Amino acid sequence: MANRINREQVQHVAGLAKLEFTDAELDAFTPQLDDIIGMFESLSEVDTDGVDVTSNVSDQLNVMREDVADNWGQSSALLHNAPDAARGFIKVPAIIDESEDND
Amino acid sequence: MNYFDKDLAGLHADLVAKKISAKELTQATFDNIKATDPQIDAFLNLNEEAALNQAAEIDQQGINADQPLAGIPVGLKDNIVTKGLTTTAASKILENFKPVYDATVTEKLANAQMITVGKTNLDEFAMGGSTENSAFKTTKNAWDQTKVPGGSSGGSAAAVASGQVPVALGSDTGGSIRQPAAFNGIVGIKPTYGRVSRWGLIAFGSSLDQIGPMTRSVKDNATILSAIAGHDDHDLTSSTQAVPDFAADLNDATSVKGMRIGLPKEFLAEGVNPDVKAAILAAADTYRKLGATVDEVSLPHNKYGVAAYYIIASSEASSNLQRFDGIRYGYRAKDVKNLEDVYVKSRSEGFGEEVKRRIMLGTFSLSAGFYDAYFLKAAKVRTVIINDFKAVLKDHDFIMGPVAPTPAFGIGDEIKDPITMYMNDVLTIPVNLAGLPGLSLPAGFSNNLPVGMQLIGRPFDESTLYKAGYAFEQNTDFHLQVPTLGGQN
Repeated sequence: MANRINREQVQHVAGLAKLEFTDAELDAFTPQLDDIIGMFESLSEVDTDGVDVTSNVSDQLNVMREDVADNWGQSSALLHNAPDAARGFIKVPAIIDESEDND
Repeated sequence: MNYFDKDLAGLHADLVAKKISAKELTQATFDNIKATDPQIDAFLNLNEEAALNQAAEIDQQGINADQPLAGIPVGLKDNIVTKGLTTTAASKILENFKPVYDATVTEKLANAQMITVGKTNLDEFAMGGSTENSAFKTTKNAWDQTKVPGGSSGGSAAAVASGQVPVALGSDTGGSIRQPAAFNGIVGIKPTYGRVSRWGLIAFGSSLDQIGPMTRSVKDNATILSAIAGHDDHDLTSSTQAVPDFAADLNDATSVKGMRIGLPKEFLAEGVNPDVKAAILAAADTYRKLGATVDEVSLPHNKYGVAAYYIIASSEASSNLQRFDGIRYGYRAKDVKNLEDVYVKSRSEGFGEEVKRRIMLGTFSLSAGFYDAYFLKAAKVRTVIINDFKAVLKDHDFIMGPVAPTPAFGIGDEIKDPITMYMNDVLTIPVNLAGLPGLSLPAGFSNNLPVGMQLIGRPFDESTLYKAGYAFEQNTDFHLQVPTLGGQN
């Protein structure tokens, strides 16, 4: 199969998408993505010179409204969905890698 | 009880006449779901306590003739949010997610006093055509439990087809209502883009997604679409066009007389199963006998739909699914050292294989150096496909063809081969790219498995599709066949 996308590129795209794959997953994924991208390349057969892009098929024009704050009064229900919360805040790990601090 | 013998009007008449109370109907629905779901696996989550309380309240208030949907059970695909009722999109990443608001469609059905009995299974984030991508279970086809129910709205389709509920809502990004409806021998519509608010539908491909009803008959389908359609301030792509009472017009079994129907030659090309082809040609004859003209037409760029769609839908999905980051809601990986770890490990452990594949395809198509060749090219081909439809629909009232190239395939048969799986959508995808309405209805059988027909119309002309579907139904008996489940029939 022609290399439209190689292992390093797959890893690069995974980084952009905030995903990681094991070596075994990369082995399976790389040729699969390569085949699908090969299928995408059939689009080059279509003459699109001077054709506009379609990004939206809604019949509505952009609608403007006042920017008004709305308190839905559901902070406790929202926090209930957070994986970790305390005293009305969502808890997250330190942004700086703590293991490096301890070296 | 099952819902094989009564349509919505019949159920309503029984409720008004107090032959059965809303609470009795709801209880009987749960009893039947519990008896049949071990075979079908249509539901992810039942809403029993709240549903029975709501039914009791409705009984207390009484049901009048002007509340046609009051007390009637409905199933919702589990990517439609329901306040306080777990909504997972069939993903581990949302396993314990309890929405803090109702989707607009959920609210509209509740205002009509329909009773949400539970949430139905789907391919994770609606990505797939078999429900095999659900993180929790694979739904079985109502007609043959070794076959897939289709997808992604496979749970909703199997629930209606097996008589568990009279109505379920699905969502359709590339065929996810129409294909499972076809595989299970029921009626499903993908409304015109903008007809139904997407507020509260967990986003997959925002320029393609639409919610629509899945039912046993065309008239029931029309009734529910009128109930859920309309402009919504929360979704500014929802249309301000007036919503007709679609069912009110359905009383003439010969209303297709004088209509011009286009049958694209590409829809019956190589790869279409001979029984499927025969069913569609027979349906064309039925329409001719009813006084319509059926012309062979061409949609020359139809075959490029799959490639354009998997670029556009995956790109939109890769953007929409960035919100699943393990911070505010959903799954968070354990043993993480820093914030980057939270993102990467939560997403990598929380998303299933097909979802990751689509995120990767979308991220690739949008990435520097590839954007012009892939995403922009696909967006231009989308315009070319739209122009093909415009040319045919200029002088044809609607287009007819199959929903899928084959009847339901076996569980496990295609899941290892993404491209084969993607090609199943070749006849439904172009309709989403063009934003047109598409109606799927029963049109035959192949080895005891249902075959579906698709009717495609002009923007916001669901009325013509329903009229043509109703006329077909009145002159055939495919929709009256019911599957046999564990001898319950």
